[in-house]
Amino acid sequence: MSTPLLEVDHLAVSFGELHVLEDVELSVPRGQAVGIVGPNGAGKSTLLSAISGVERASAGAVRLAGRDVTRTSAAERCRLGVGRSFQIPRPFADLTVFENALVGAERGAGLRGAHAREHSLRALETAGLLGLANKPAGSLPLLGRKRLELARALATGPELLLLDEIAGGLTEAEAEELVATVLSLKESGVTILWIEHVVKALVQVVDRLVCLAYGRIRVDGDPHEVLASDEVAEVYLGGTAA
Amino acid sequence: MTVQTEPATQATALPAVHRGGRATALGLTGTAVVLLAMAALPYLVDTGVTAQLVKLCYLVALASMWNLLTGYAGMMSMGQQAFIGLGAYLLFVVNDHGLSVYTGTLVVSALVALVAWPLSYLAFRLRGGYFAVGTWVIAEVVRLIVVRFDSLGAASGRSLSDVTADPVLRRAYTYWLALAVMAAAVLGTYAVLRSRLGLSLQAIRDDDTAAGSLGVNVTRGKRIIYVTAAAGCAAAGAVICVNSLGVASPTQIFGVQYSALMVFMVVIGGIGTVEGPVVGAVAYFLLDKYFAQSGVWYLVVVGAAAIVVSLYLPRGLWGTLAHRTGFAVFPVRHTVRFRAAS
Repeated sequence: MSTPLLEVDHLAVSFGELHVLEDVELSVPRGQAVGIVGPNGAGKSTLLSAISGVERASAGAVRLAGRDVTRTSAAERCRLGVGRSFQIPRPFADLTVFENALVGAERGAGLRGAHAREHSLRALETAGLLGLANKPAGSLPLLGRKRLELARALATGPELLLLDEIAGGLTEAEAEELVATVLSLKESGVTILWIEHVVKALVQVVDRLVCLAYGRIRVDGDPHEVLASDEVAEVYLGGTAA
Repeated sequence: MTVQTEPATQATALPAVHRGGRATALGLTGTAVVLLAMAALPYLVDTGVTAQLVKLCYLVALASMWNLLTGYAGMMSMGQQAFIGLGAYLLFVVNDHGLSVYTGTLVVSALVALVAWPLSYLAFRLRGGYFAVGTWVIAEVVRLIVVRFDSLGAASGRSLSDVTADPVLRRAYTYWLALAVMAAAVLGTYAVLRSRLGLSLQAIRDDDTAAGSLGVNVTRGKRIIYVTAAAGCAAAGAVICVNSLGVASPTQIFGVQYSALMVFMVVIGGIGTVEGPVVGAVAYFLLDKYFAQSGVWYLVVVGAAAIVVSLYLPRGLWGTLAHRTGFAVFPVRHTVRFRAAS
């Protein structure tokens, strides 16, 4: 079997005495879509941050296509093909929506001139933001900012796309469109790691589901089996529903 | 997700992206005309006028450099006087070694850039307010080192040894030097902002974590600007030195009042615009010209101007105008143009 695109090996992240992640093991083959569920504070976003390089691992390793990137900067990992969206959007408020995407296309995907501009426009189109391209990003409402997170991540031309709660707050119809978008990304060969509380949207896309709680992976497997497992019921309902 | 306001966008037909277009050419032509007219002034007016304009020129250069640092790269420096002072003092050194003060200014900027590079490793260990205080401390340390050299006049300042003898010619040369430094500062800022680096810098300023996650090398971008701004302030320092034929005292040329002045001009004019620092420098220049003799009222007027602008025009004079009208002499924004059919 070929080397997995992403390998997380005995990963731990601590902030002083607070151990957010402990001994996390995760291996994602190229082209797979993996969903991550778990209660608030389980360490889901921290896991994405450790993979994208925003947070440093206190122990363990992260490998991309077999290459150890544990000590590599977020910018370098992005250029290696990791695109991420932030759960709490972080727009470049004084730049336009288009320019926000252009940063990713120029720096993350390493494109120049007309190629970079075209790539940014396509990313905005996919995220449904093309019509707002000239708006200052700081003027977008929350939903627009979440779309911008997706658009910017796409503009970097990711092989591995890390999505952090992009479906929250969407209407039924919008959620369906989002599912279609993410499915088409998956079909185009992008490997996806998606944190989402809207489980209904998640299971339509992912091949595999991971449940994270108290900084550790509790269950990992087929989405429906994982959702039906005792561990997930225990994690979410505190063990009283067994 | 839903496609807003642009229904049925074809997968192949993407809108065009413009960046100023004709406005860019117009702005640059206008600037060239203004600069050429200013360059001709020594032939047209008496030396008193150009002597005053020297001050305006270095004020514009200083304001532009501080705007580049803070308004575009998000680095709030309170220590640019380190490089102003170094520029002035290194001019003594190169002048003593036989270089004219005019080519000397160019050499001095390059030398200060070489000094600023290692200093950036020190300064970048600090962030936000700590960075501001840290840069100030660096400036004080540089001053303390400089005054240990007796050849540089120690604590009492000194004069340039070799300057153009003819006073009329000297004043004209000084003015042209100041004009060239100003033009380089303003047009250099504009060139940086039109480049790929410019967009990355603005991303860093708005959110450096997000910028890093999109592939921007945050530290590298900041370092380039830190070194550039140091070189620009050194050139301004050299102009100040040439203009007064030396340095009156190290506490003056290394004084924190230069930082206060730069903040004032950039905030009044409009931070984060190329034109703002120019407008701010002109505003300060006029306030200084008409109120400097009014004793304590001078400070009252300058303070009142700062308060009024920050309360009622937080974007600054130029920033407010540009925001309301979308007008720019130096356009940097990308505009996506949709076809009229929609």
